[in-house]
Amino acid sequence: MAKRIDVSGLSAYYGSHRAIDDISMTVEPRSVTAFIGPSGCGKSTFLRTLNRMHEVTPGGRVEGKVLLDDENLYGPNVDPVAVRRTVGMVFQRPNPFPTMSIFDNVAAGLRLNGQARKSELADVVEKSLKGANLWNEVKDRLNKPGSGLSGGQQQRLCIARAIAVEPDVLLMDEPCSALDPISTLAIEDLIGELKERFTIVIVTHNMQQAARVSDRTAFFNLAAVGQPGKLIEIDDTERIFANPSVQATEDYISGRFG
Amino acid sequence: MSHAAVQQAPAPLPPSNGGQSLSHRGLPRWAPAGFAVLGILIGAGIGAAAGLDSKVQWGLIAVIAFLVVSYVTTSVVENQRQAKDRLATSVVWVCFVLAVIPLFSLLWTTISRGVKVLDGYFLSHSMAGVPSSQPGGGVYHALIGTLEQVGIATVIATPIGLLTAVYLVEYGKGALARAVTFFVDVMTGIPSIVAGLFILSLVLMTDTPPSGLLGSLALTILMIPVVVRSTEEMLKLVPNELREASLALGVPKWRTILKVVLPTAIGGITTGVMLAIARIAGETAPIILLVFGSNLINSNPFEGAQSSLPFYIYQEYKAGEVASIDRAWAAALVLIAFVMILNLVARGIARWKAPKTGR
Repeated sequence: MAKRIDVSGLSAYYGSHRAIDDISMTVEPRSVTAFIGPSGCGKSTFLRTLNRMHEVTPGGRVEGKVLLDDENLYGPNVDPVAVRRTVGMVFQRPNPFPTMSIFDNVAAGLRLNGQARKSELADVVEKSLKGANLWNEVKDRLNKPGSGLSGGQQQRLCIARAIAVEPDVLLMDEPCSALDPISTLAIEDLIGELKERFTIVIVTHNMQQAARVSDRTAFFNLAAVGQPGKLIEIDDTERIFANPSVQATEDYISGRFG
Repeated sequence: MSHAAVQQAPAPLPPSNGGQSLSHRGLPRWAPAGFAVLGILIGAGIGAAAGLDSKVQWGLIAVIAFLVVSYVTTSVVENQRQAKDRLATSVVWVCFVLAVIPLFSLLWTTISRGVKVLDGYFLSHSMAGVPSSQPGGGVYHALIGTLEQVGIATVIATPIGLLTAVYLVEYGKGALARAVTFFVDVMTGIPSIVAGLFILSLVLMTDTPPSGLLGSLALTILMIPVVVRSTEEMLKLVPNELREASLALGVPKWRTILKVVLPTAIGGITTGVMLAIARIAGETAPIILLVFGSNLINSNPFEGAQSSLPFYIYQEYKAGEVASIDRAWAAALVLIAFVMILNLVARGIARWKAPKTGR
């Protein structure tokens, strides 16, 4: 449960274009780390390198090391499928499987991995939906299609689906950007609860959100369009927002650019 | 109370946009129908007055009259922009009617001439011992032949086509995928007689006797590219986010394709396969070359000559007798019904399997 992530010298490419350059950072277990920065600076790309989803994109390629506790995710004999079972992900747009019911959506991870026993499945689904604060809203219609829920409910369904496989780390790529303030609040509360069990990394464009939910904040930036994105600094969230050590961070947070 | 409120309401403001009101005089809703009737009357009137024999000429005059009347009337009563809009709408309608006329004419002719001899006896008897000039006989042997040949072709072509499409969309990149796409495109254009000749050349080399299976193989060649193309399009419609969602749960790629991508697209894939079946069910040329045709019931597709519905129609029509031509029309009706039922089944499956959005 809840592992430490240790990134060193990580660069990611799309074909020959370098999207992020030489990033090193440490993410502590049972904490929330927020990534902020202007669009196109490689936050999402970096997030996707943490569970080897980057290489799913055609032309995607990674150099460097990501240690999960002491195991390098990019080691020679590492199976990306196994990595993704350990490092779960929630996407920007809610994406429940349209052919499946609410129950099947949450059970999908276990069932599609063929590790599901029927008796356990119902328990896992209930536990995960409770964990995602969705159980009370859907317990009477578990057999209805997941795409019939509202946007905020769908996103919490996706979180339930991600935590049902019991990952060690949960990556969230702008999980609230398509949601209204009330649903956003529900997800933010949920993140606060989930960090007791998981290591959480969240990409967000909403700086108040980063300030509210995260323990540590990393600021990314790029020198110019077409240049690779870089990690400018990572520090405790209070320090980043109150007294950042780099001028660019302060400019970005106070709205002077970006 | 509400009366008082209405009376106290301020008078409408005078039009402020340069004296022009936003509303304008308009034609009633039934105007297009009126123009159409008028056009037909003009067409019929001119045609009759000028003593034109050809009804096609009457129709052309009616169409032109319809377009002119609707354009002129609208530009006089409404304005130039509305008139252009009306003209475009009218042209669309005329084209639609022109497209539908042959379809209905074909259906009507087939049904009206086909029902004459179409009955239980016709569907359950073969042509064994029936001379082409005599009434009687039936289509049973041809129906069996079509079902078996098309069935075998479907069983062979669907998995091949499906897997090719999965390769092209999910795995293929580089030269091999481009080559496969190119050859699928080429195969789409193969005339059925060429597919038949291809199998025939193999048959002549190995000295195989004719059988339904050989026809099926030729039909398979015709069916594969259609299945590949339609499945490919359907798989491309599956949002990438679903694949990523599944991969991010630690599901291997092959299971993602099997359990997430294919179920999401299954409705469209089914429709595509059914359309491919409908296409090959009407093929005659390979059957003539490879299955030879027969008047007897042969329910074994692996040995001996068989018949099929299109071949039966061709054979009966060529015989040229009154009774045989009646049988040809009835068989045509059976073939159309066969394809129609397949299409309805496909639509049913597509609707039943389609991703549900209900709240």
